This record gives sequence, structure tokens and C-alpha cells, in this order.
Amino acid sequence: MNSDKILKYTLFTASLLILLISGAMVLSLIRGSMTSFHQFGWRFIISSQWDPTQGREQYGALLFIAGTLFTSVLALIIAIPMAFSTSLFIGEYFRNTRIASVVSTLVDLLAGIPSIIYGLWGFYILRPFIVSIGLSPQGYGIFTSGLILAIMIIPYATSLSNTTIMMVPNELKEAAYSLGATRLEVIWNVILPNARSGITASYVLAFGRALGETLAVTMLIGNANIIPTGLFSTGNSMASVIANQFGEASGLQLSSLIEIGLLLFVITTIINAVGKFIIKKMA
Amino acid sequence: MDQTNIFIEKKRAEILPDHFTGRKFRDRLFLAGVILFSLITISFVFLIIGSLVLKGYHQINWAFFTQVAPDTFTAMMAKSSGQLIPGGIVNGITGSLYLVGIASVIAIPFGVLIGIYLYENSNKRYAGFIRDITDVLQGVPSIVVGLIVYLWVVVHITHGYSVLAGSVALALMMLPLIIRSTEESMKMIPDTLKEAAIALGTPYYKVILRVLIPTSFSGLMTGILLAVSRILGETAPLMLTTLGNPAINWSITKPVSAVPLLIWQFYNDPNMVDLIWSSTLFLMGFVLTLNLLSKWIAGKQNS
Repeated sequence: MNSDKILKYTLFTASLLILLISGAMVLSLIRGSMTSFHQFGWRFIISSQWDPTQGREQYGALLFIAGTLFTSVLALIIAIPMAFSTSLFIGEYFRNTRIASVVSTLVDLLAGIPSIIYGLWGFYILRPFIVSIGLSPQGYGIFTSGLILAIMIIPYATSLSNTTIMMVPNELKEAAYSLGATRLEVIWNVILPNARSGITASYVLAFGRALGETLAVTMLIGNANIIPTGLFSTGNSMASVIANQFGEASGLQLSSLIEIGLLLFVITTIINAVGKFIIKKMA
Repeated sequence: MDQTNIFIEKKRAEILPDHFTGRKFRDRLFLAGVILFSLITISFVFLIIGSLVLKGYHQINWAFFTQVAPDTFTAMMAKSSGQLIPGGIVNGITGSLYLVGIASVIAIPFGVLIGIYLYENSNKRYAGFIRDITDVLQGVPSIVVGLIVYLWVVVHITHGYSVLAGSVALALMMLPLIIRSTEESMKMIPDTLKEAAIALGTPYYKVILRVLIPTSFSGLMTGILLAVSRILGETAPLMLTTLGNPAINWSITKPVSAVPLLIWQFYNDPNMVDLIWSSTLFLMGFVLTLNLLSKWIAGKQNS
């Protein structure tokens, strides 16, 4: 066998590793959640009972699913105006200037800050601030964790948006300017329709990020096993309950936590697939 | 005739204060909004880093880098007598370096190989499928990665929390990042360079080793540094795989601590609060340096 063949097979074998890993991931999550699935069946998804007391153990994921979705949707709503403005700042108004590259470096740094640092900052700085302006007595809850999640996902929502905004052909914009359009009208009638799918995709992917965030939410959501009732209500999220209870869990509780992990895996994968699909359709 | 003129004058009066009510005004207002929101966005970087520096600098001293984390009792005694908490985070620093080192040894070779495979076969359906799966892998929440590695390594291989489990978890998070950055930086190489080497009759593995990898080296380095800076601060997967260790440990089958794990531990212990900020400042400094270094390398390559 010559060296080219060997190389080809080596590369191909390496690529199989990815299939192996992802297949094994799904299989072991399913296998690990079997005990819980046999016990509760599909009721697991629609039940919001979470009681680890020995003898009358009862587990359901609904309240965690609700907490995860509420915080992530709120984060997205807060992040969109920020991310939209920042991507216009970098990709249109100040495009290719020094200040744009400074802003874009700073936004990238925001993506580099570890989750636990966001959590600490949220706990020691943001939470007391929310208490002091009287929004909430303790400062924990959906709003605080949504706010910190929003800051965390802004860079993800920004980076893809500004590249698509930059890719809008100059001729189109110039044609609109020559008809007397103002910059805002160019943005609204030329740039946005052209960059729409890229911008949407970046928001979808940012939402996927928010769903899986763990510690920052754990430190701020209040970890109360209830379905959140409002903006300032406490709650719990799927990732948080795994992080909080994994250490002491065994048997049925462990299996239920793994099933929550499986659900989280499925939800984030679907959201990411939707995002990638939009990008592919655009290309 | 007169009436039409009056009508036109009236309309003009409505339109004239263009700068205050018209299209131009809306344009200006929007620009102001964009600048304001952008400033708010970047202000978070300064707010977060600023508060870390202000609260963390006074605990940073020699002992911080040479001693292991104190136990609760020592910390409480120091605190009640109004002194700085003795001890440092050296068990976390060594643990972090150990974990990230092993993770890199696992993830970088495989990541680069798979990246080259995707680059070489970019039009094949199978490669497209692998690319999609890589994206899925990148989107898996870190806590779920922790769960999976717990089921694989902690339960079946090391029968307990271990360095190996933590490294595998971090490697799984690094792998997709390395694959994509390898493929992207190889795509930047002009085809003519590769074709010239092939025309000389060079065997393909030599083309890869002598042409592809050297020319895309700074791109590869950027990707690796970014991936390392990303996993350095990961906490959730480590909580499920290596747990933590009050002492320095070099055995691969034993638990180890890491800087983010120590921060989590300090956060949960009211006596240790003062140590949180200095450890966080240290972690942030480390991550930022790697991040900026990778930007700098990428910038040098472009110019």
C-alpha cells in the first residue's frame, strides 16, 4: 500500500470518530434514562412534580423545561436590540473603521468570559442592584437570570449578523441612496431584507446557547422547584437541576436527571439544526 | 389658483421643519439609538472586568500562587481576626493546567486530522454529514457533556471522579472547535500552492506536512488558543467528572481541582468569599490573555 492510500484511510478513520462519539453520546443518555422512563413514561415531560424523598419519589421535568424556556426567551428578547445595534454599528455605520474593530474585539471578549464569572458578577453586582431599585425583594429569579443570559448571548447574536450585513452588495445600497433614501431607509428597505436569514439564524443559534447555560443561571434563578409565574418569580432550569442535584443523586433520581439531560440535548440540537438550516438555505 | 397656492404653502410649512420631524430626524434618532445600545453592550466588558480588578487585586500575592486552598476553619479564623485569608489556589492552577494539557493532547491531533479530512473531501455528502454532526457536537450544552463523560469514564473506566474523566469532557468540548478552525484555515490556502507541490511529485502526506500545515499554522494556532481559552473556564462539566481536590494531584485516575471548581467551592462557602474575587481575576486574566493572543496572531496573519 502506498503512502497516499494510508493517509486517506487514516483521515477517513479519524472522521469515523465523530460518528462514534455522537452515536455513543445519544445511546448512553438513552440507556441512562431507561430506569426513569420505565417508571414514569411520557408523563415525565408533562408532570411538574419533583420529589426526591425516599419512598415516595416522584419526578417530572415540566417545571425545569418551563424555567429554561422562560429565561432563554427573555434573554433573547433583551439581547436582540443590543445585538442588532451592535451588528449595525460594526457592519454598517462604522464598517472597516478602527472603532468598529475595537467594538468587535470587545464583543468577542464578552464571548470569552466564562459562565461562572457571569454568575458571580450577576450574584454580587447585578442582584444587589436589582434589589436596590426595588424590582424584587431577593433579586433572584427569571428576570435576573434572563438579563445575565442576555449579556452572555449578545456576542453570538452579533457576530453572524454583522458578517451578513456586511455581505449585502454595495450596488443595491447605492441604488437606494441615489433615489434619495436616508441611511435608515437603506437599512430598513435594502439591508434588512437581504440579510434577514443570516440575522434570524444568528438569533436562533444564540437562543440555543442560552438554553444550555448552567452555572450563571444556577446562581441567579433561585432554584425553587416551581413553574415560574411571572418575570420576578423564582424557578429552576434543566441545566441547573442537574448541576445542583447530581452530586447526591443515585438510582431513580440519577436516572431522572439523565433523562433531563437527554431532553436538554434534544431541544438544543433541534434549535441548532433550525439555525444551521436557515444558514444553509441562505447560501 | 390662489387656493391651490395657499394649500401648497400650508403643506410646505408642515414639511419644512425637516430636521425635527421628517425622515432626516428619524435617521438621526436611529443612529443615536444604535450608538447608545452598542455602548451599553461593550460597557458590560468594562463593568465586569472592572469589578473583578477592584475586588480581587488585594488578595493576589506570592502565597496565592504557591499554596493550596485553605480549609474553612483556617479561613474563618483569619477572617474573624481581620486578616487576609492565608493560602492560595495552586492546587487549582496545577489541576487546570493538567486537565487542559491532557484534553489538548487528545483533541488537537484528532481535530486537525478530521479538519484536514473535511477540507480534502469538502464536496462529498459524507463530509457534509460529518460537518453537521460536528456542529451538533459543538452545540451540546456543557453540563450534558459532563453527564455523558460521567456515564462513560467515571462509572466504567476510573470508577470514581478523575483527571481522565475531566480531560475527556474538556476534549469533547474542544474537538468541534479545532475541527472547524482547521478546516477554515486550510480553505484560506491558495490552491496553486498545493498544486505546485503535487506537480513536483510530492507524496500527499508530505504535501500536508510541508505545505498545508506550515502555511495555515497561524490559523491553526488561533483556533487552538481560542479553544483552550474556551475550556479553561468551563465549570459545569468538571463538577460532574473531576469534582475537586484539596491537594495537588498528578495521578490521572484521582480527582483533581481546577480554578473554576475552586471558585465554585469558594462561592458555596461563606468563609471563603474573599478568595472568590482574586481567583476570578486570575482566571479572567488567563482567559483574556489567551483570547487576545489568538486575535493578535490572526491579525498578524492577515496583514
